Formats: sequence, structure tokens, C-alpha cells
Amino acid sequence: MAAPAPLLVVEDLRTHFFTRHGVARAVDGVSFTLSAGETLALVGESGSGKSVTCLSLVRLVPEPAGRIVGGRVLLDGEDLLQKSRAEMRRVRGKQIAMVLQDPMTSLNPALTIGTQVGEALRLHQGLRGASLRERILDALSRLRISAPAARLAQYPHQFSGGMRQRVSSAIALSCAPRLLIADEPTTSLDVTIQAQYLELLKEVQAAAGVAVILVTHDFGIVATNADRVAVMYAGRIVEMGPTLQVFDHPSHPYTRALLRCLPEIGVGTQELVEIGGQPPDLSRLPRGCPFAPRCPERQAICDEAYPPMVSIDDGHVTHCWAAAPAARQ
Amino acid sequence: MAALLEGTDLRKHFPVTGGLALGGARAWIRAVDGVSVHVGEGETLGIVGESGSGKTTLAKLFLLLERPTAGALSFDGKDVRGFDRADLARYRRAVQAVFQDPYSSLNPRMRVEQIVAEPLPRDNGMGRAEVRRRVGDVLELVGLRRESAALYPHEFSGGQRQRIAIARALVTSPRLIVLDEPVSALDVSIRAQILNLLKRLQGELGLAYVMISHDLAAARYLATRLVVMYAGKVVETGACDAVYAEPLHPYTQALLSAALPLHPSARRQRIVLGGEVPNPTSPPPGCRFHPRCQSALPQCRSEEPAWKEVRPGRSTACHLY
Repeated sequence: MAAPAPLLVVEDLRTHFFTRHGVARAVDGVSFTLSAGETLALVGESGSGKSVTCLSLVRLVPEPAGRIVGGRVLLDGEDLLQKSRAEMRRVRGKQIAMVLQDPMTSLNPALTIGTQVGEALRLHQGLRGASLRERILDALSRLRISAPAARLAQYPHQFSGGMRQRVSSAIALSCAPRLLIADEPTTSLDVTIQAQYLELLKEVQAAAGVAVILVTHDFGIVATNADRVAVMYAGRIVEMGPTLQVFDHPSHPYTRALLRCLPEIGVGTQELVEIGGQPPDLSRLPRGCPFAPRCPERQAICDEAYPPMVSIDDGHVTHCWAAAPAARQ
Repeated sequence: MAALLEGTDLRKHFPVTGGLALGGARAWIRAVDGVSVHVGEGETLGIVGESGSGKTTLAKLFLLLERPTAGALSFDGKDVRGFDRADLARYRRAVQAVFQDPYSSLNPRMRVEQIVAEPLPRDNGMGRAEVRRRVGDVLELVGLRRESAALYPHEFSGGQRQRIAIARALVTSPRLIVLDEPVSALDVSIRAQILNLLKRLQGELGLAYVMISHDLAAARYLATRLVVMYAGKVVETGACDAVYAEPLHPYTQALLSAALPLHPSARRQRIVLGGEVPNPTSPPPGCRFHPRCQSALPQCRSEEPAWKEVRPGRSTACHLY
């Protein structure tokens, strides 16, 4: 299988927040690639940098506190970090679209569904009148909003949670983006609605060939929808690989701990394995591995230096001293 | 097992009024519509269902934050409607609550000591030193340091805040704690800590829990008995293990199959439910689940299924049985 040139290349991305309490290194050297049609899951706890990574890709990091201080974000070979604000506005919504966690707050309660779905189409494709209406209806029916014509004049409060998230997704996909960033898209949905939404996302993605970055803290979602997974901790990717590989051979102690601490439906009620301690303070990161204080496999070297990248298998990498016996000497 | 808290045919209907509808309600939301449940001493009753199923309203009825429209609630065999002031005060000490979001359930302007001591009655006969000792004791019980008492909530992480909320619930030495989605707002790695803590406390203190959850795995971990709710009604009850091993009601089956697998190669047979939870002002006639049910029979459309004990300890309301 010849590897096609990746759609997105992120190299050593660094986004820091400059606060009174010091510099919080929210994203601190993140690199990954993504091909067309592929789904990469970004997993980690709150504060691990997954959302800030996504915001950095579309240059929506809250300024002036937050700043992208280094790295490259290449979309089809063009560095998004070098683009002007006006150029970025043409990228957002057209080439890269986002779906956020809570559709109640990401939709405008005062505008009709038709207006909101049509906004991107008007701005990016200059559509008006009947052709605009046709595309709006098309976008809504692709996300299985029933009777879309009757729905155009309605407001978000007239929709249920699951439908609102489908409307958000219809907006995101309306201009046929190359990359869709979905930031915890199902966290506010019920389990049954979540299952519906994830199925639909997979279908729509396959039909449109769009690449997806799926931010989540739920390994169930990773298992269902992701081709590859990147586990983040304290602003860095600590392990990345094909989903099946990472589930079967988790190589970073943090990934192993995350996978072990999930209560499983099919299994009885033995005590859950905990990860002791708390995530580190991002403005006071240690010199060595930031997971070391919570790590069951901590060694002397872990406090000395950040572990190098260790290749486990084809496309499966981790940053851990314990996985790199040769590198220790 | 003697019932500690027992609800019989509980109903809670909320009026829907228009902007200036002086003539009374235009419609009624039947949030809880004929629910009978009981919780025994020291056991955990799990209540699961989607949003809009009435589980949170049921929790509010248990906490006496809402009064039932109809039906009876009794505690230790005594009907709450017959409670005098002293009974009520005793009930509030014996039944405590832990809520979902520890960011909004703790007052940011109060120190942890005030927060945790708040449920103690004013005339508790305890001196300040004694209150302080009691607060320190429960903080240690939930795995926080005694010195935490002097701090404010913003100085704690989400998991630690939920520990503070649990300490507040424990300070009156309750017999029952209503846990409303106690881990849904927390990170996965912290969830395990809190679930283990709740389980340990139950063992040490002999507490009974009512755990409201849409997280089926978390409910499974704590609950001994399970109540599955749909559109204001109970559709199935039974011992937790039995319900998970062999769900009887088609809704329970769909709910369990909608839970995501924990491994990518676990290709379970999925029943993906179409549609949404029905509008609570005009629930469908017959069985409320029939518009989404894959095994619906003709009578499901018109006839409400009766509550049946299908086998010992397992009851469901479904025409299939």
C-alpha cells in the first residue's frame, strides 16, 4: 500500500499560556500526521492539551494569554501558522471545520436553523436564493434531519440534544471540508443517542472522505470510531499508534493505567485500578517525564530527562524510559 | 431486607403554563408517573435511563426537594406526609446527596470547613472545636488532609472537589446517600478513585446508596439492584448482575447494547435505537416505548403493559412476557 502524502502534518507544535502565575505549557511539542479519510483520536485527561491542540490548528487560541510559540501545521503542504488572519478565515469552515461539545452553546439560540446552516455556504461559496436553500436542505438531510424543509424556520430550542449535534455537524460538513475536528462531540448526549451519532459520523465520513480528529476521554469512542489513537499527557503525545495495536499492546504506563481504570459492563465488580495523584501543574513541569510522580514503573532516569521516542511497531510509538532499555545507557 | 426508603406509585407532574396563562396549566409534564421502588439498608439501588426518563425527578422526590403529586414515600416505615418538624430534621440528616458537578455544587466563597459543616443542624450541641474535629474526621475519611478545611474550593481539582462533596454528605452520619451522576463530570482516571472511595465508604459505614446514572458501567460497579426507567416509568428491575447478564425489556437490551465496547475488536451485536425519548406532555398510548421498539406487538400500541414478575426477583412491564 503506497502511502499517499498526508493531508495534515503537525510538527513540534507549541502553544503556551502566559499568565500571572507563570507560563503554562499547554501544548509542548506535539507532532502527528493525518491522511484523508482517516480518524485520529486524541485522548487524555482535562488539561492534557487536546483541546488546545485543536484550537491551535485553526488558530483560535484565546489571545493574548495564549500564543502559538512554535511548530508547523501543514495542510496540503501549506503552513497554516504563516497565513494572515484573512487567509485563515477562508480556511476555517471551508477546509477545516469543527464540531464542539455542547450544541446548545455552539448554536445561536436567536437564529433559525436555516440561517445557521447557510452561513458557511454563503460566506465560502457565495450561494444565494434557491441554490443556497437546496444545499442547506441537502446538508441537513445528509445528517438525517427528517423533514428538513419544515425545520429551516425553527430555532435550536425546538430540537432535541441529539438533533442539535447533528445540525452542528451539518454546518461543519456543509462546505465539504478536508478536515473535521470533533471536540468531545457526544459528551452531552445520552448513550443511545451517542451510539446513533457515532454510527452516522462514520457513514458521513466514509461518504465524504473527510479526515477526522476526534477528541475524547472515552476509550469506548476510540474503540468504535478511531483508526489511530494519540494519548496526550501534560501537553505532549506520550503514545500513538493504530487503535488495535494500542489497545492490545499499550506501551506507556499512562495508557495502560487509563485502560485498566475503566469499569467494564461485562465484568463483575472487583476493585478498579486507580491512577494515584493528580495531573501536573503545566506551569511547573518537571525536567523529566511529567508522568513520573504517578508512574508505577518510575526509574531514576525518569526524573532526569524527558524520554525519547521509542518505536514499538510499525506506526506505533511511545515516549517512555521503561520501553527503551537500550537508550538507558 | 427491610426497606429503608420505600416509594409507592410515586407521581410527579409539572404544569406547563403559557406566558400569561392565568387559567392554569396548559399541559402536564409527567416526569415521574407511577414508580414504586424501595431501597434496603446498606444496599445500592442503581437507577438508569436516558435524559428525560425521570430519574433526577425521582431523586428530588427522595430528597424531599419536590413533593409528589400522588403516591406515598415512607422512611423506616413512616410516611413522610405525617412527618413533624423533628422527623423532618432527622430525615434530612439521615438522607444526604452528592451531585454531578463539583464545580457548581460547592460555594466558591466558603471555606471547605464551612461547606462540610453546613448540613450539621445549628442546635447540634457541638462546640466549635467539636465541629472542627468532626469536619477533619470526615475529610480524612474521604482521603483529604485535615488541613484542607482552611482552603477554598478553587484550590482543589475536580476529583478532590467531589471528595469534599462526599465529606459534606457524610458529616451528619447519614444512612442513605442519593448519588446523582457522581462521576459523570470527572475524568476517566479520577472516576475510578471516586467509585472505589464510594464502595469503601459503603463497606465501612453501612451506607445505602441510590445511584442515578446514565453511565451503565459505573452503575454496574456500585449497584446491587437496578431500576431501568423510561419516560417516567420503571420498565424493568432486578438484581444488577442478572439484569446485565440477561436484560428482559427491549429498552434495557437497547440501552446495554448502546454502551460502547472497551476493545475495538469487540463487535457486539448493536441495537441502535432510532428516534428519541417521547415528549413527556403527551407520551404515546399503550407502552411508552413502542414507537422505538423493535419487537412491538399490535397490543403495545393501545394497551399499557402490566407489571409482571417474570421470574423470581426479575420484573418487567412488557407484553412480550
